[in-house]
Amino acid sequence: MNFFDRLFGKTKSADSAKERLQLVLIHDRTDLTPAELDSLRDDLIATISRHVAIDAQGVQIDVEHDGRSQRLIADIPLKAARRRTRKIK
Amino acid sequence: MPAQVITITSGKGGVGKTTATANLAVALAAAGSKVVCIDGDIGLRNLDVILGLENRIVYDIVDVIEGRCRLKQAMIRDKKLPNLYLIPAAQTRDKNAVSPSDMNRLIKDLRPDFDFVLIDSPAGIERGFRNAIAAADRVIVVTNPEISAVRDADRVIGILEAEDKGPGALIINRLNPILVKKNDMLSADDVLDLLAIELIGIVPEDENVIISSNRGAPVASDPKSKAGQAFRNIAKRLKGETVPFLDLESTGSLWERIQRLAGRK
Repeated sequence: MNFFDRLFGKTKSADSAKERLQLVLIHDRTDLTPAELDSLRDDLIATISRHVAIDAQGVQIDVEHDGRSQRLIADIPLKAARRRTRKIK
Repeated sequence: MPAQVITITSGKGGVGKTTATANLAVALAAAGSKVVCIDGDIGLRNLDVILGLENRIVYDIVDVIEGRCRLKQAMIRDKKLPNLYLIPAAQTRDKNAVSPSDMNRLIKDLRPDFDFVLIDSPAGIERGFRNAIAAADRVIVVTNPEISAVRDADRVIGILEAEDKGPGALIINRLNPILVKKNDMLSADDVLDLLAIELIGIVPEDENVIISSNRGAPVASDPKSKAGQAFRNIAKRLKGETVPFLDLESTGSLWERIQRLAGRK
């Protein structure tokens, strides 16, 4: 990116092409639409919540790729157990 | 040694499959290999005009498969390169006139007599594509540094992997080094990053490609053309030689070249 593009915060078209492709290829390769990923997220939250208290707002589900293979990455913050023990007291 | 069977495919149309097939065939034949190329695009025959052999067609691939002629009768021999042959596509039939097992049988008959069998696949991922990859030992995927071509290439690579044809080797065709430099075209590294397969060649955009196809003499036989050089290098890599990738930076304008020489860029 040259000086003026940086100055005006304009992204060059090759960068947006690459970003858009990265996202679209993940969905093409996994056959997983954003809607399906959302419903997977809801199911995961429901299942895990039955066993442990989680912070549903903070749950992040992503598909990452390493070469030509994809992996599902779930980041699920647990609610602090301290609060529960205090309540019991 | 029996022939190496290589299919050239892409998913998207218009990225340069036929041009790549014709040029690799010419470059391999000029370097002494015995080559036959097959036009797999039944109904939309084109490899014949790119090679300048359109006036000599009598029989085509469907005539061979349906037994109206012998295999040798459908093979057109190039006059300039006597170890280059073409089996043309049928123009008045559709892709369903040929099946993958027909292709396997045809290729089996060709293998003992050639060093390379090159198959020009039609665009798409349907019957014609399946026919074209059926007998392939190796698949070359052609793409352009452009969003839709890269996406379709990725689909094709996925299918090749699922069919146990290996991920294939990539040709990035029609790369414009000036646009890449301005960051307005995906670079070869960007494309490789996204597709994550082996690279076998980068072919720069070159007006000589159109000029030479107008004349029916592929650009690989033009010693001055950059694209021709790129195709000759790919041919060498197919023969197992290690050839460094072209320095495409030097194709800038005169002023840019002077700036580079002066160490300004």
